[in-house]
Formats: sequence, C-alpha cells, structure tokens
Amino acid sequence: MEFGLNQEQTILKNETRRFLKNECPIDFVKEMIEDEKGHSPPLWKKMAELGWMGLLFEEKYGGIGGTFLDLSIILEEMGRALLPGPFFSTVILGGVPITQGGDEELKQRFLPGIAKGDIIMTMALTEMEGSYAIDEIKSIGEPRSDGYVLRGRKMFVPYAHIADYIICPARTYQQGHSNGISLFIVDAKSETMNIIPLISLDLQKQFDVTFTDVYVPQNNLIGEEKQGGKLIQNVWPIAVVGRCCEMLGAMQRVFEMTVDYAQKRRQFGRPLSAFQVIQHYCADMAIDLECSKVITHQAVWRVSNGHPSTKEVAMAKAWSSDAFKKIATTAHQIYGAIGFTKDQDLYLYFRFAKAGEITFGDTNFHKEVVAREMDLQGVKALR
Amino acid sequence: MDFDFTDEQKRFREEVQDFLKSELEQGSFDPRQNSMGRGFSQEFSRKMARKGWIGLTWPKEYGGQGRSYMDRLILMEEMLRAQAPIAFHFLTDRQVGPALIHFGSEELKREFLPRIIEAEISFCLCFSEPDAGSDLASVRTTAVEEGDYYLVNGQKLWTSMGHRADYGWLLAKTNPDSNLPDHKTLSEFILDMKAPGVTVQPLINIAEVHSFNEVFLDDVRIPKKYLVGKQDKGFDQIMEQVVYERAGIERLMQNYTVREHLLEYVKTTKKNGKYLWEDPTIRNVISTLETEFNIGRLLCYSVAWTIDQGKVPNYEASVCKVFCTQYEKRLSDIATQIMGLYGQLLPGSKWAPYDGVAAESYLWSPSYTLQGGTVEILKNIIALRGLKLQTK
Repeated sequence: MEFGLNQEQTILKNETRRFLKNECPIDFVKEMIEDEKGHSPPLWKKMAELGWMGLLFEEKYGGIGGTFLDLSIILEEMGRALLPGPFFSTVILGGVPITQGGDEELKQRFLPGIAKGDIIMTMALTEMEGSYAIDEIKSIGEPRSDGYVLRGRKMFVPYAHIADYIICPARTYQQGHSNGISLFIVDAKSETMNIIPLISLDLQKQFDVTFTDVYVPQNNLIGEEKQGGKLIQNVWPIAVVGRCCEMLGAMQRVFEMTVDYAQKRRQFGRPLSAFQVIQHYCADMAIDLECSKVITHQAVWRVSNGHPSTKEVAMAKAWSSDAFKKIATTAHQIYGAIGFTKDQDLYLYFRFAKAGEITFGDTNFHKEVVAREMDLQGVKALR
Repeated sequence: MDFDFTDEQKRFREEVQDFLKSELEQGSFDPRQNSMGRGFSQEFSRKMARKGWIGLTWPKEYGGQGRSYMDRLILMEEMLRAQAPIAFHFLTDRQVGPALIHFGSEELKREFLPRIIEAEISFCLCFSEPDAGSDLASVRTTAVEEGDYYLVNGQKLWTSMGHRADYGWLLAKTNPDSNLPDHKTLSEFILDMKAPGVTVQPLINIAEVHSFNEVFLDDVRIPKKYLVGKQDKGFDQIMEQVVYERAGIERLMQNYTVREHLLEYVKTTKKNGKYLWEDPTIRNVISTLETEFNIGRLLCYSVAWTIDQGKVPNYEASVCKVFCTQYEKRLSDIATQIMGLYGQLLPGSKWAPYDGVAAESYLWSPSYTLQGGTVEILKNIIALRGLKLQTK
C-alpha cells in the first residue's frame, strides 16, 4: 500500500495547480457564473494544448494514453480552482462512452476533435424524474431506414447550450417491444431541439433539453442497439469518482482558506484560532478531509486499474457528499457573517458542496449501493 | 498510490492466518475470553515470539526482524480479527521496546530487550494519577535520588494489567523546582512491580471487569540504572513514544466481532415477517458503518505507511484515533439498538445474541474515546501540532 503520489504525478499536480492559478483565478470563476455561456474558448484551447482533453485517449486518436489516476489529479485541481466549463461533460460523459463503445470509424470521427479542443460534448442522462436509474429512461429512438428519430425530454444536461454533440440515451423498440437503451450522438445544432437554461445554485450550467423528432444518422449510434445500459454502467464509476475528485480538491481549498481565516480574524483581542472551540472545528474539518482523501483515492486507484469497484466507488461518493457539506458548513460558522456575503469566496464552495452532493447520486443513493454490495439484497439502484 | 498489498505482504498475512487457524483448532485459546484486548497468555505470546512476531519492527541488532510497520499492521489486524490473546506482550512490543531502543542505556537494552522479545516479561504503564489524566505533566509521584537508587512515593491510576505485569513503565517527578514548568521536571523509570512498597489494588470498570488498577508506591527503591533516558526529560520522551500508542489498528479491530455479528444478525433475523436487511433504515445505518470501517482501516494503513516513510505520524495518528474510536462507539450503540430488546443481554445470559458481545461492547464504549488520549486532547494535537494554529 502506498498513499502518496509518485514523482511524475506530483509534477502533474503542481503544474496543473500553477496553470489554473494563473488561468482560472476566482474572479474568472465569478465572471463565468454571470456569463451566459460560462465557458472561455481561449482557456479551452490552452487546456487542449496541455493534452488534458485527450489524456485518456490512445495516441492514434490524438490522445496521450494516460490513466484515470492521472486524470483524477487534474480533476482534483479543477475542483480546487472551481474551473467552469464543459471539461467534465466533454471528457468523461462524452469521451468515455465513445472510447468504450464506439467502432473505429466513430472514434476517428470524434476523439481527435475532442482531444484538440474542437468538439464540446455532453450527455443527457436524466429525465423529468431526476433519476439516474436506467429503467426510468422514457425517451424513444425510433428506427428509420437510414437512422433514428429521437423523441423525449432530458433534464439537468450540463452545458447543452454550447455542446457540439449531446449523447442521448433512448429506448429502442422492435415489433412494439422495448429493446433496451441505446446511446445516440445527437448533433446539438438540430433545429427540432429546444434547450432551456435552468437557474441552479450549481456553478456549472445545466439545461432542460427537448428532442422533437430529431434525426440521428445510423453511424451516430454508439456501438449497437441495446448497448446503452452497459455503456452508461461503464461510464458511471468514472463519473462518480471524477465528481468525488473535484469535490476533494474543493474541500481541501475550503479547509485551507478557513484555517487561514481563523488565524487572521481577531475577536476578544485574540485570533479566532486561539479559542479551543475553533481549534476543534478545524480539527473536525481536517478529519473529514483525510477521510475523504483515503476513500476517494482508493476508488480512483481501483477504477484506474480496472479492479471491481462498485462498492468502493459508492463508499467514496456516499462519504464525500456528506463530508464536503460538513466542511463548508463548519467553514461558514468560522467565517461568521462575512462568509454570508460575496465579499468572501466561501459561498462558491458552499454552492458546489450542495450541487456535488446531489449530482451522480447523493449519500443515500450510494449507501443503498453499498448495502447491496454487502449482500443485503435489495432494489438495484442502477441497472 | 497503490491500494493493494505486495505478494510478500499477502503471503505474510496468509502465514499469520494459518498460524491462528491451527492454534484455534488445537484449542490453544478461546476468542470469547479475549475481547477488548483482555487475553493475557504468556504461553501464546511465547509461540508468537518463536515466530519472530514480537519485535517485528525492531532493528535486527536488538533481536528484532527489522520489518516494516505495514507488516506489523497486517500481523495485528489478523491477531485482533481472531481475538487472539496478545495482552501479555502487546505493550512491550508496541511501546516499551521501541522506547528502550530509542532512549535506554546499553545496559537496560541488554537486560530487557531479549526478555521482551522472548515473551519472558510483561509491562504495564504507570503514567496517569488521580490528578494527572489528560494533564499528564501534573503527576505528583516523586522520585528522589538517594545514593544509588531513587526513592519513589505516590499513587498511580488506570494501570491496566497492573495486577499481572512484571514491570511498570513509570513516570515520576524528579525535579522539585516549582519555578520549572511541570513537563521539565519528570523522568521515566522501569519499576519492578514486585518491589517492596508497591501495592496494587483492583479498580472494577462498568463492564464489571478487573482491568484497571490503582498502584500505591510507598518508599519504593528503584536502582539508578532503571532511569530511562535523561533525568527530567521524561515527558518529552513520552510524547515521542505516545505517537506509536495512537498509531495502531486495535481501536478499529477490537470490536471486529461486533461488526461481524451485527451483519449476520440483520441477514438472518426476521421481524414482522421481514428480514431486518429489508428495512431501508437498517440498510442505511449498516452501509454507513461499513463505509466508516473501510475509511478507518485505510487511515490505519496510511499511518503505518507514514511511519515506514521515516516520518513521525503525530497528526495522522491523531486523526486516525479520533475517527476509529468514534466509529467503534457508534458501532456498539447501533448493534445494541438493532438487536432491540435482545441487545441489552450480557454475556452468560440466556438468549443473549452472540453471547452478548454487543451489550458488552456498549458497556466498554465510554472508554473508547478516552483511553490513550481523549478525543478532545487528540483534536488539540491536530489543531496545535498538526495545523500549527496561531494562538496569539
């Protein structure tokens, strides 16, 4: 067992932090929240030049053949910097299903473009129920001679407004019977799509997307019909742990900011940190942070090495969802009233903590997965 | 980053498991009699000594194996999982030996280390006193130099296994100068528990167990050579050793059987025609405990890893101990709650599920977050020594 990063990984971490410190300062984050697009093409290009978008892809697709562990280091730093934009949706929700399920032609058509920063992607995973259960997907992909026609409504789709393509899971039918879920790559410029922005406390942009008889050519089906469920299952642990990594990086930052603030802010003629109750709050934050670190890194390592990871991934998200909220809430208590204003940056992390908790399954969702993995048989959360 | 064990570590774990399996088959120990680290068997410790498992991490020049703390953790995890009787050598292996190696004179090392490593002698800790608990530096027991010995007078409290140990690891005041801060007036000694003037009286805990003792010291003569390290430096020496007391996996694993029995209970018990595991509330608390257990275990391994990197895990060990002790406290509470009316039945009672392990653990549970540094003291350490928070 080894808990630290090796030399190469440490360099990657430090360089990523330095880059984001320069390119994604907190004022930029705030600007992007107000910005309608919430995305900066010049920054996007620079990130692509660093090889981040193609990190997981093979070299023949313009990638650098890195591991998920490498990507997780970048994601932690992105969470720390609260990087706005469609990186997660493009690389994880878009790139991973194409890499795992697409044929050679499809990979050649999309992956080099993603790696170069020319293609922005997202996935329309949830529908009106706001559920991640594949069984709840009601959208329909109706076969035509040369492709499919998509009908349905998707909710909470990240960055749909700037995406070039939206991966859309939909149900396909044969002789009137559901044939399971298939994944379609939909051209986001299609005229019969309606994209409505949601006003959310999340720092990332999310949308309500309606597909009204949207035509999808046959060669934009990822893999074959019915493979969608399996492909979503494959991308799921990467998305869940990826989110945990972003949350971990953000937690670390909140912790550092708060410990720093507690030592600078003076009341009763002393720094706040002179009071034992504040010292213990800081210790509580440190403990929650260390716990999040070991349980998340374990999940990263298992996913990255292709080991069975259902339980470890669920434990990481079940824990981190609570821990980040606890840390952010304790931070607010230490900051006092000024933390409740936009004079301090804490509120951005407080918002992220809630959004992070809710997306990709909250604590209770993942605890149910852990219970199932412990042979406490029960309903399948994600089939 | 690597969350797997090496092949060598896996083989070592199997070796320990095989040993324990064969000992159990031979009936060499009864796991039920050993809960909460009570199993005190010199015979069993001698068997471990023959395997080289006492002093596993000590340097080879002192008879140890020079192995990693990771290996020691694997050994301890398996011993505790099996509830093997390791109390005879537990303290000497973990604390006394390393402290002697670090601070002891060559003479003391030659006299004690071989006997520790052969499981010939056992130790207890004589640190705390009625007025020196969390504030350990305020011990009042005095050790006054007289000729070639120290004359010791005072009272010690919470001396676990004091009634069975051969020697005590004693902290006493050697400098009467009241202008000095307390922590610069203390020294460490090795105390012969059979020396004239040593009186050991039992102190029964709320689990009805005689584990603690009061130790009275009346004009006890300790030969000068039994001073450990430097005079008046005892407190600093203890602060260095105590990290290793907090670094272990025992806090997590001493209740391992409660965890196992609770799982079996919810899988096999029906209430109102339904298995307990079908209840969403129970599924939720059980998976919470499972997540916490996994985190606690990873924290223990990360402490061992830190030590193996040559660092003193002051901060890490405190984080680990706060978390693990609070986990085991919750575990005993939840286990007794889920077992319902049966959860109150103690060992020996008719109908007690799993011979009352849950109720027994619950009675012990107030001590989990107190012993070896209370949660509050540990949080002070995290904040002041780990995070180095400014106080002025």
